[in-house]
Amino acid sequence: MIGAALLALGSHWRRHPVQLVTLLLGVALATGLWSAVQAINGEARASYAQAANQIGAGGLDRLRRADGAAMGLEQYLALRRTGWQVAAVLEGEMRLGLRAVAVTGIDLLAYPDLPAIAESAAAAEIAPVEALTAPGRLFAAPALALTLQGEPGLPPVAATNALPPDTVLTDIGTAEALLNRPGQISHLLVLPKQPLVRTPLAEIAPDLIRQPASGAQDIARLTDSFHLNLTAFGLLSFVVGLFIVHGAVGLAFEQRRGLIRTLRALGLPLRLLTRLLLAELCLLALMGGAAGLVLGYLVAAALLPDVAATLRGLYGAPVSGALELRPVWLLSGLGMAVAGTLLASAQALWRLARMPILAAPGQRAWGSGRLRARSQLLLALVLLLGGLAGFALSGGLIGGFVLLGAVLMAAALALPPTLSVLLTIGAARARGPVAEWLWSDMRAQLPGLSLALMALLLALAANIGVGTMVASFRLTFDGWLDQRLTSTLYVTARDDAQGAALADWLEPRADAVLPIRSVEIDRAGTPLFVYGIVDHPSYRTHWPLIARSAQDWDRVMRGEAALINEQMARREGLWPGDNVELAPGWSLPVAAVYSDYGNPTGQAIVALERLLDRYPGTPNTRFGVHLAPERAEGLADEIDATFDLPVGAVIRQETLKARSRAIFEKTFLVTGALNILTLGVAGFAILTSLLTLWTQRLPQLAPVWALGLTRARLARLELARAVALAAMTAVLALPLGLVLAWLLLAVINVAAFGWRLPMYLFPLDWLRLIGLALATGALAAALPALRLYRLPPAHLLRVFANER
Amino acid sequence: MLLTVDTVTKTYPGGRPVLRGASITLDRGQSLALTGESGSGKSTLLNLTGALDGFDSGEIILDGVALSRLDDAGRAALRRDRVALVFQQFNLIPALTVAQNLSFQARLAGRLDADWLKEITARLGLGDLTERYPEQLSGGQQQRVAIGRAMAGRPKLLLADEPTGNLDETAAGTVLDLMLDLVRDSGTALLLVTHSQAIAARLDRRAHLTGGRVAA
Repeated sequence: MIGAALLALGSHWRRHPVQLVTLLLGVALATGLWSAVQAINGEARASYAQAANQIGAGGLDRLRRADGAAMGLEQYLALRRTGWQVAAVLEGEMRLGLRAVAVTGIDLLAYPDLPAIAESAAAAEIAPVEALTAPGRLFAAPALALTLQGEPGLPPVAATNALPPDTVLTDIGTAEALLNRPGQISHLLVLPKQPLVRTPLAEIAPDLIRQPASGAQDIARLTDSFHLNLTAFGLLSFVVGLFIVHGAVGLAFEQRRGLIRTLRALGLPLRLLTRLLLAELCLLALMGGAAGLVLGYLVAAALLPDVAATLRGLYGAPVSGALELRPVWLLSGLGMAVAGTLLASAQALWRLARMPILAAPGQRAWGSGRLRARSQLLLALVLLLGGLAGFALSGGLIGGFVLLGAVLMAAALALPPTLSVLLTIGAARARGPVAEWLWSDMRAQLPGLSLALMALLLALAANIGVGTMVASFRLTFDGWLDQRLTSTLYVTARDDAQGAALADWLEPRADAVLPIRSVEIDRAGTPLFVYGIVDHPSYRTHWPLIARSAQDWDRVMRGEAALINEQMARREGLWPGDNVELAPGWSLPVAAVYSDYGNPTGQAIVALERLLDRYPGTPNTRFGVHLAPERAEGLADEIDATFDLPVGAVIRQETLKARSRAIFEKTFLVTGALNILTLGVAGFAILTSLLTLWTQRLPQLAPVWALGLTRARLARLELARAVALAAMTAVLALPLGLVLAWLLLAVINVAAFGWRLPMYLFPLDWLRLIGLALATGALAAALPALRLYRLPPAHLLRVFANER
Repeated sequence: MLLTVDTVTKTYPGGRPVLRGASITLDRGQSLALTGESGSGKSTLLNLTGALDGFDSGEIILDGVALSRLDDAGRAALRRDRVALVFQQFNLIPALTVAQNLSFQARLAGRLDADWLKEITARLGLGDLTERYPEQLSGGQQQRVAIGRAMAGRPKLLLADEPTGNLDETAAGTVLDLMLDLVRDSGTALLLVTHSQAIAARLDRRAHLTGGRVAA
């Protein structure tokens, strides 16, 4: 019985191959883009975990100075002498031309069993002790190892896959030389084996604090919002893809009602029939899901290098640009395909399970459309209120996304009733029989096309929203760069001695030499960068302050107040007039708040003298040099000729700006690509809807053709119909997109990154997008229209045949 | 002579010949019943006469126009201006109301006579149904709308393919009476395909199609 029933059910797909392909493609597209985002996120998180555990010490507690500054050798030795089993670690950044490489040096004598060294040494087929003996040994990922091997003056390099990209691991002695920080220690690792009795930490080193093992938490926390954004895009694509599935399954079930009725009349139990259809759907979902995984892998592989560059540029997070195939990803992708397909088919299955055996095939009561419109509008309202309530209750990033999702879904639900009203108005104003028919016909076709149009609405709104956000950000960012980067040249010395010599040398040759000196302070586990500056008009006139107080600059320069960045202000609720605790025992009033885009961490600015009072060892290696732009190149050449500086140590303002803009553009390359892909999926949804409606369409077109319209004109009208519906959807998507943009700028960005951007409007972009929507509609309708144009009259005549 | 069908042949791709030299003539205002077995080519001949499809050889001349010389646009214009069609399946335009369906073809042809349309609507008993949509009507009502739509433009020739085939006996009788009355009053010629000898007997002439030819 089961075999016979399956044969009968399967015959539908043989007779409707386009519908089958549509269903499979819908599942594949939904799964594909979702899986692509998941693959990217998974790869990034694996890289973070690897980075956090890069020296195999992710599970070890750390000792560090409470004020976040580097510690000296004496404390390390004191702890070791009193029985503490600790290993010194020095961390820093080394520049290779334009590339920043993280250097981690560890006292291998104290911790010779360090897993990363053992693994790396084994991979490189060398003895671990070679890392200790002169000239030392650097361990790095293969791509970086290749670069390092070409650099003069470096110890031998061993390639290993045990390390993340852009990270060098070595003995602390070698690291001191590389970073030019002799005798400095970033923190101490508390080793697993400790003596039973130890002198308490407070007695030996009272200024040290013990920090519990944090694993990959720091980078993961910083990049969470970025990944959440990607996930939201993936989810949007998934939903748009499911619209296609919903449409295809709904039509297939509708067309099989007669068959299902017959099978039941022949004695097939409804429960068995439902199970068979469920099994059929699962099988189709797995087939489509498998294709989606292939698609997702390809998309992820194409996008990952840019995502890696973005994460490096934005957060300093090391992410490998290569994609690995992970079993969890495969299984979750297939799971999403099956779950999504069943969700999209739930309504059709439910109707089938409740269908009386004698129900007429395809019967539709007049007036049900109005009823559906009302319930859709009601549901939209409920969703919108739910989203607002969710945001009011939870707030933050999750609350923002809940509100955003609710707004999008409510708008999608409200689209068909809104379009219906517009089409009714159009029909009432139409002149001439063809125009009347066209408007009325569009309205009659709306139920069949509404899902595809909803998908188009969501894709267009996402495009407008994200586009407006990115363009507003770009405009703000450009202005901000002009305000922040006012020096003509930026110079970085090798060490403090060279820095002092450089400053002296530059003094008579430039209009002003502004030291850029900063210290990293650990504030309850999160870093804070405090900069010390000297008084100069360029700060007072250009620095991008977004909240100010009276005599702000005067108070900062007198050492009585501090400036803080917007991220810190929003995160900690600190605004002018409040007090900020920069380090334990060091509080200053906030004089003003400045915008600081692209920086995930907190930052403060104080008078240089105040900084040096507290942190006399603050490095003095970076300078901003003011001089006439036409003299910049000559002076840069002179600096190069006079001082032994590494490549890329002298950077012109334009270069720095161009580099910042390049990082900015890369950051939004992924969202741009996902934007276009989502629009493509929506276009495909329209195409598949038109194709699946094709068989229902002929009985509607044939009478009009018989009454005297040519196939060519009907084909043109079909195109016009799709373009008109796409145009109306695009016009409705515009306000929705702007609401989305506002939510992204005023809610999501603030919660995710800690900065709020002004919203600018870009009407030319809207026109371009509306044009794109029209093209999408025309492209999607082109194939059905061409089919109609070429359709032999005999096919149209079948509609009138008595023995159909 | 309004219509001359002269030794027309038609074979559908991949099939056997449907018409093998069929010939008929029809004067203005005259009615002709076309009868024959299923598959004898009755509907095909009707469709060719209505310029809905092309034929392989022979000629059809309708109101002085040779159909073999018409392109797609010419055939569409002929259907719009000189011919009207009524099918067994009614084939109304589902998106339009009864009123819009009734006036559609006459407006397409640019010769809507409001008084005539009003009279037709009343005579067909559709006065209360004008704002309804086709799917809200019974079969008999739908066929009355189809006849009204066909006759609203006062066509030269009405082509009807089993117009009462989908209706019960009472409704079929009513619909046929109304159609014949309207045809007579408007001076329209009628070519009607039917299986029913009783219906055929009510028309001026009859032709029997067998094996793709009209029997003598």
